[in-house]
Amino acid sequence: MKLIFERSRPGHGCDMLPANDVPTLQPAAEYTRQTAPNLPEITEGEISRHYSELERNSRGVNNGFYPLGSCTMKYNPKINDEMAALPGFAELHPLQPPHTVQGALQVMQMAEELLDEITGMDCMTFQPAAGAHGEYTGIAMIKAYHKKRGEGKTRTKMLVPDAAHGTNPASAAMNGYTVVTIPSAPDGGVDVEALRAAAGADTAGLMLTNPNTLGLFEKNICEITQIVHDAGGLNYYDGANLNAIMGIVRPGDMGFDVIHLNLHKTFSTPHGGGGPGSGAVGCKTILAPFLPRPVVAQEGGTLVLSNDIPDSIGKVRSFYGNFLITLRALCYVLTLGQQGIPAAATGAVLNANYLMRKLATPAEIAYNRTCMHEFVLSMKTLKKETGVSALDLAKGLLDYGIHPPTMYFPLIVEEALMFEPTETESIETLAEAAEAFRALVALAHQNPEALHSAPHSTPVRRPDEVGAARNPVLKYDFAR
Amino acid sequence: MGSYIPSTPASRQQMLNAIGMQHAEELFADIPNEMLAGELAIPPGKSELEVRRILQGMEAQNTVFPTIFRGAGAYRHYIPSIVKQVASKETFVTAYTPYQAEVSQGTLQMIFEYQTEICELTGMDVANASVYDGASAAAEATIMCRERARQTVLVAATAHSDTIDTIQTYSDSAGAPVVPIAAENGVINMQALKEALGPEVACLYLQSPNYFGQLEDAKAAAELCHAAGVKLIYGCNPIALGLLQTPAEAGADIAVGEGQPLGMPLSFGGPYLGFMASTKAMMRRLPGRIAGETTDADGKRCYVLTLQAREQHIRREKALSSVCTNQALCALTATVYLAALGPAGLQQVASQCYSKAHYMAAELEKAGFARRYKGEFFHEFVTECPVEPQKLLTALEAKGILGGLAVEGGILWCCTELNTKEEIDTVVQICKREAQA
Repeated sequence: MKLIFERSRPGHGCDMLPANDVPTLQPAAEYTRQTAPNLPEITEGEISRHYSELERNSRGVNNGFYPLGSCTMKYNPKINDEMAALPGFAELHPLQPPHTVQGALQVMQMAEELLDEITGMDCMTFQPAAGAHGEYTGIAMIKAYHKKRGEGKTRTKMLVPDAAHGTNPASAAMNGYTVVTIPSAPDGGVDVEALRAAAGADTAGLMLTNPNTLGLFEKNICEITQIVHDAGGLNYYDGANLNAIMGIVRPGDMGFDVIHLNLHKTFSTPHGGGGPGSGAVGCKTILAPFLPRPVVAQEGGTLVLSNDIPDSIGKVRSFYGNFLITLRALCYVLTLGQQGIPAAATGAVLNANYLMRKLATPAEIAYNRTCMHEFVLSMKTLKKETGVSALDLAKGLLDYGIHPPTMYFPLIVEEALMFEPTETESIETLAEAAEAFRALVALAHQNPEALHSAPHSTPVRRPDEVGAARNPVLKYDFAR
Repeated sequence: MGSYIPSTPASRQQMLNAIGMQHAEELFADIPNEMLAGELAIPPGKSELEVRRILQGMEAQNTVFPTIFRGAGAYRHYIPSIVKQVASKETFVTAYTPYQAEVSQGTLQMIFEYQTEICELTGMDVANASVYDGASAAAEATIMCRERARQTVLVAATAHSDTIDTIQTYSDSAGAPVVPIAAENGVINMQALKEALGPEVACLYLQSPNYFGQLEDAKAAAELCHAAGVKLIYGCNPIALGLLQTPAEAGADIAVGEGQPLGMPLSFGGPYLGFMASTKAMMRRLPGRIAGETTDADGKRCYVLTLQAREQHIRREKALSSVCTNQALCALTATVYLAALGPAGLQQVASQCYSKAHYMAAELEKAGFARRYKGEFFHEFVTECPVEPQKLLTALEAKGILGGLAVEGGILWCCTELNTKEEIDTVVQICKREAQA
């Protein structure tokens, strides 16, 4: 594919603006740039074709099954996007007077109320822009809480299970915490005794996702959160896997004090090729004083954005977060409602278990229990027998038009493939995917080379990632 | 109630049977009974039409101003039609992060093109695939600069308050001191900067055009910083870079900014786009995704996510940042915007912003609203306000005009290419009338 810069022709372009209707002035030379930026000179028609080509060479949920574990690639309803594009939302300046944005503040307030109820939390902020940003924010709130209680200097450790998403330890470290890794027990859950041994007067908190990254519900969740509370720590819930349990069981009832939600996973807002998302952070009342400012508040019959939170951790980005993502999530919750929310979770868990059983024969289930919304296969035996790795199989799936599962995560499972089918897939889609997988495993035994060199039908095959990292070419070279 | 679930009761039963269960409740047998939520206290689900009516009802309680003279970190520019069309292509919208390069060349190439354009705008060597917004980009940049012996972060008091606050939050988290550099006449006081520099200082965050619209002497600041072994983080406005000195020309080590002006609607504050670019020397300290060029098994040019050894999923607690999801669709929006404008178009937008703001400032001055600060500015400026600001803004609002923002000592106005001479003259007339009333 040509780069847009390679389609550029001197003198081409689009005509967007009328002539200047005031005298044109120019800043003094000392203030101006010395050379013009190399931006494409290209007509609108060529722009249209360029991006249509890029779109054809991309892969979205609209193109087919996308069981990418931990990412909840469910269908993204179109009404949500259409409502977010309404001028009365999209054209609002963030610093308009409150009486001109009452509807927008209602969106935030209503989304907060509904999501508080779904998660068992008391308050919520929509300022964090993504899951990891939510983690950073929630852990900062835990830190502020301990500091306020005079324990900021002594509670220096954040407990994180070894199965956790990489963002968890990274977000804890950004907050200056020493990360203590808690091993998993043989059943795939947190090793409760190891947790008990690690928890103490220096514990600031525990970061946990439940179901965990193996797709397993922590059976001992009450005991786990109690151990941390007894030690004086707080419990952080990584909401990346909430889709399994929304409307079934609430993080607030499991003993969690602060959570983040990935609105771009559980609540159906599109991923956009890697964002924008929203990492809404909910908390119990004890942490409310530390929420980022501002928060939506009622003031004499109107809604306002209040900065009156003296113990707030401050701001984690500009304005009020990815507002139009919050709005999309609100549309989704209103659509599903009281019955639809648990029905989605049930559908997700049913689909995952069905697919897991279908794949149990050709592969090994890492932890053979009823899974939640996702499950992890280990391909280590296949690799030993045939030399075909989890990566090879994943690449083979591409030839069937199926987006591969998450590979080599969690790190505690050898040759891991993590599947998350979501509730918006039909039994037929799941059965077809299982058939494809079965065929690939058979092929691994017959002709492993065919899989080492897979995929065969994609626009490119097996890019040289090592070379890319060794000699980084990170922008177009106009001189070449 | 909508659910988007394709399975029927019969197929659900079929699936349950296949996994050896009778009832769906059995799926959740691992959850302690006493913990189950029961019925949620939220309304029953709604049809698409009902949801539409609810949202439209809320929309109707908002006011969209036909004319806006307010910026302060969020700028209304003309958005070419092609931008929205391309950015709403379904595959771009619904794709995940391009982990599988074989089927994600479109997304990856887009990121590569975006990185190239950010480098072209800023003059810097390398750019990442975006972060959350301009304020968090600035905060992430301070993390890039901190070293064991150099922890202190200097922040120009003339920067946007949200950016200052975000840097403060991130620095508090790491126990890094933040020292503000005082303002004088709407720009930083160079003497104050000189005095603040020392062996414990990691970096200076300087925004130009700054919050008040004034151009800082970034070159002088860079020289002072570098002489003291301190890095300069340059906060820039991407539209201004169509005309003004680049961060690289000023000697910046890192350039960051809010990309919203590049084709994103105001959106009540988000989603926006944080862009980050640096010198080659700092490349491996950049946070987030980076796309790189390589070749495939057949020797074809292609793109992958690269330098991942920096990132949280590899380095975990040793990573400098936890950023994972970024603002990819906003980055796409920016690349289409820049393609639609081209070098001449971007220069034209910047020039009209500059010219209109200067015309307005001169006209307001004649009406008794003198500029508060001397020195060069781009498309924002602060004037004194001889009347009660709220009274003036209410008078403007009655005419469908969102006036400048009331700030300490006056009003912060903003002009973009969208503001016509007629609109400017109307504002000036209303200001004159209010001042005389």
